[in-house]
Amino acid sequence: MKDNYNNRKHVMTTIFIIVGVILALRLFYLQVIDTKYKISAQNNVLRHVTQYPLRGLIYDRNGKLLVYNEASYDLMVVPRQVRELDTLEFCTLLGISEEEFEQKMQRARNFSHFRPSIFERQLSKETYATFQEKLFRFPGFYVQPRTLRKYPNPIAALTLGYIGEVSQSTIDNDPYYRIGDYIGVSGLENTYEKELRGQKGLKIKLVDVHNREQGSYKDGIFDTVPVHGNDLFTTIDMELQAYGELLMSNKKGAIVAIEPSTGEILALVSTPSFDPNILVGSKRSGNFSRLFNDPDKPLFNRALMAQYPPGSAFKMVNALIALNEGVVKPETRIGCARGYHFRGLTVRCHQHPNPTDVVSSIQFSCNAYYCQVFRSILDNNNYKNVEAGFNAWRNYLKSFGLGIRLGTDLPAVGAGNVPTSAYYDKYHGRNRWRSITVISLAIGQGELGITPLQLANMATIIANRGYYYTPHIVKAVGTPDNHNDKFTTKHHTKIDQKHFEPVVEGMFQVMEAGTGRWSRHDSITICGKTGTVQNPHGENHSTFIAFAPKDEPKIAISVFVENSGYGSVWAAPIASLMIEKYLTGKVKRKELEQRMIDGNLMSAQ
Amino acid sequence: MRKTKNIFQHVDKPLVIIYLMLIFIGWISIYAAVYDDAHKNIYDLSQSYGKQLLWIVTGVFLAIIILAIDGKFFTTLAYPLYAISLILLIAVIFLGVEINASKSWFEIGNFRIQPAEFAKFTTALALAKYLSTFNTKLENLKTKVYSSIIILLPVIIIVLQNDTGSALVYFAFIFVLYREGLSGNWLIVGLIMTALFILALIVNEFILMGSLTLLFLILLYYTPKKKKAIIVISSIYIMSMAFVFAVDYTYDNILQRHQKERIDVLLGREVDLRGAGYNLHQSKIAIGSGGIFGKGFLNGTQTKYNFVPEQSTDFIFCTIGEEWGFVGSVFVIFLFILLLVRLVKLAERQRSTFSRVYGYAVASILFFHIFVNIGMTMGLAPVIGIPLPFISYGGSSMWAFTIMLFIFIKLDAYRLQVL
Ligand SMILES: [Zn+2]
Repeated sequence: MKDNYNNRKHVMTTIFIIVGVILALRLFYLQVIDTKYKISAQNNVLRHVTQYPLRGLIYDRNGKLLVYNEASYDLMVVPRQVRELDTLEFCTLLGISEEEFEQKMQRARNFSHFRPSIFERQLSKETYATFQEKLFRFPGFYVQPRTLRKYPNPIAALTLGYIGEVSQSTIDNDPYYRIGDYIGVSGLENTYEKELRGQKGLKIKLVDVHNREQGSYKDGIFDTVPVHGNDLFTTIDMELQAYGELLMSNKKGAIVAIEPSTGEILALVSTPSFDPNILVGSKRSGNFSRLFNDPDKPLFNRALMAQYPPGSAFKMVNALIALNEGVVKPETRIGCARGYHFRGLTVRCHQHPNPTDVVSSIQFSCNAYYCQVFRSILDNNNYKNVEAGFNAWRNYLKSFGLGIRLGTDLPAVGAGNVPTSAYYDKYHGRNRWRSITVISLAIGQGELGITPLQLANMATIIANRGYYYTPHIVKAVGTPDNHNDKFTTKHHTKIDQKHFEPVVEGMFQVMEAGTGRWSRHDSITICGKTGTVQNPHGENHSTFIAFAPKDEPKIAISVFVENSGYGSVWAAPIASLMIEKYLTGKVKRKELEQRMIDGNLMSAQ
Repeated sequence: MRKTKNIFQHVDKPLVIIYLMLIFIGWISIYAAVYDDAHKNIYDLSQSYGKQLLWIVTGVFLAIIILAIDGKFFTTLAYPLYAISLILLIAVIFLGVEINASKSWFEIGNFRIQPAEFAKFTTALALAKYLSTFNTKLENLKTKVYSSIIILLPVIIIVLQNDTGSALVYFAFIFVLYREGLSGNWLIVGLIMTALFILALIVNEFILMGSLTLLFLILLYYTPKKKKAIIVISSIYIMSMAFVFAVDYTYDNILQRHQKERIDVLLGREVDLRGAGYNLHQSKIAIGSGGIFGKGFLNGTQTKYNFVPEQSTDFIFCTIGEEWGFVGSVFVIFLFILLLVRLVKLAERQRSTFSRVYGYAVASILFFHIFVNIGMTMGLAPVIGIPLPFISYGGSSMWAFTIMLFIFIKLDAYRLQVL
């Protein structure tokens, strides 16, 4: 066969040899000429010490500290480097038994003979001080500084969240993390992990055979400096948050307070609560399992996750939908015969002036009015059937942020529940259900599930007469002026702004001369609405939503208290006190305040 | 035609000896890299060195089977084997497990198989088969196009698996095409493109494009005013500009973060000692600290403390550098170059084009792996995560390289039977 390119074998061979020589020259440079990479004979070990950065601090809306750092020291061991040592002295210094010493050494050996592992976590300052001086007598051991979280006030535990050792699966998926690193596990620590954590540094130290550090390797040219994490500036009002937790002592429930004009969350209370300081340091695992197994579920963030039927507090939404759909006018009056009656079905109502219009139906919380109105919405002739009417109603709810997950900056936010027509089709059969079948939705009962956050957002919408900003908890990251611009979109509801006035007036009348009058405040124009949720398992739950002042509202709030009977007894006064605290800075109604703090609704169960 | 009685008859002994030396060096280097007091036994199957021995033994077994198979088998089945490997490459996208963000592994029980490793020699077989058919000439456009298709099909699929490193290996085939008659200009174009590629990443694109324009105008001024010359220079200029723009665009808009980081580190743009730059720095410390004679077997400190990541796979050369020093490392490089030169020599003595093309393909692929892998541990090549042939830990690569090499050894032994 003719082969014209036979000579090209020389080109190939030459290329191979040249590249081989290049590699050899590079090796010669690295290994022989350049002394940058050598380790001298007496400094026989390099120790890579991670420089943990300070985690970002967390502030409240007024610049008060919610979370800061405290130095802590882990005792590390590299089993291969451990020499004969005075075990007794070592154990006395650490305050452990010789048996424990053996166990810990074995655990370290099982992990690796060559790589450092944590021998003893978080030495106390005193232990650290005495130990540090004698460290040179214990080759193979060294101290790794790191920081722990500290909370000046025992509040907002679930919102702030906690940090914990990073899991193996996270290490596998993110090269930033190494074994023993800490990571935000829940709350803000989790959502803002990347901002808070900063950047780890690395110090390479020369260590001689006697475990004495001989300074840094090559004057630290390979070292990196840790970068401080970014601080978080939250929207939380520390005083209001603490006050909310105080008012809710010995009660199960939640409070969410929002600044309507911005969507900033002022307070996010979920009780029973706990001191976040107990989830720090060596006590964490014990305390965590205690909290985890507590039947009252203190780790469950009721403010974000719990869904309750809102009860009568939901009536405003139906009023607004009815007005917008044109099925009632503000002045339309509907009679109430101690309830709503239809073919043997009765939704009961209480004694109140009769008949009612939009304003007085809210003021007196008339069930008959809302049953009638709700049926008009669903049976509206503009829609081809009940299902279409129901879907229209459901879309209004979605525009209120109900039945959907509000995209806030906290992890684990519940979507609540607004049943779909498919749900009723499945339950009753297609075209087998009517507006009367789902009548409990008229008064906020039945299959509705709404979280306290959604309820507070609903109050915000009414306060704003028609719109909301996604409720959020971080204002700025890094510096106070570096504003978080993720939450600047105005979400409008499908309700025309003009329909809000009668509803606001109704809520105002609730406080002036309705179910909320016991929680009225002399100088603050509060608009509110009570709700009671039937609880088949015990005492009813109470809800209350409110905002104040009536014009240019500064705070919108929802309060939910489990097993507390009527909304007017517990939820309304707590909301009212919160409003007073926030708007005036102090509370004058001392007697009411004391009654709320003392109320114990948990032992009653 | 005469029958060989012994399957080892006519087998090229130097190649086999170099192969055995390399796998032995690999095995003890893996032992040294992950050595731990608790598991001193080099045969311990729970450790990677024990497993590697398993791969070696099974690999040698595969090699013997290949030597026993009739030499015709590989020519006849070149296309079917190629097709099977393409199907496996596609299947792994849907059925594979995701490791380090790329979906290129099948998991069967405790074992993982990477089809991309095997596709290298099936592609080599297919290319050899195609170029050995009557009437193919690389001077012709048709032959160029068909050859490119054979090479690029697996590349495209492997890129879809998000395993860019393995895909880049296929560009080594340009050497094979060159040997078979592709104009040397293509090699030069390849070099220019590489240079422009690197420049596009380090130099600001406006400065680079400006300089190119200036260069173009100067050339235009000095070249004779012939239509053809002007057209050639202009089209080269336009293509270079487009290429620079494309590279820049790809870097800014298409590459993923970790890919960008690796390029940045290679070009010294960003020194992030905890991220991608960390590997390179630790790797250099390990190799550099080895000095002339090394620290001695099992005495390396840098690789053992896991300062160097992936030390038994992609960064195995660090362990060799640290424990055996300059002398030992150069010896390993010498062995590899010897292997490559021997492959070229044997390829040239083949009577069939098929065997020659295949021989060159083996040499080119090994060359690419060796240069890039050793180069990346010393900061000479991008950290693209491809194994060092015969040395790195891993069943897929051990098997695939062994099969690839022994198919050629078989073809070479069989050459006397080809008329
Ligand atoms: Zn009534």
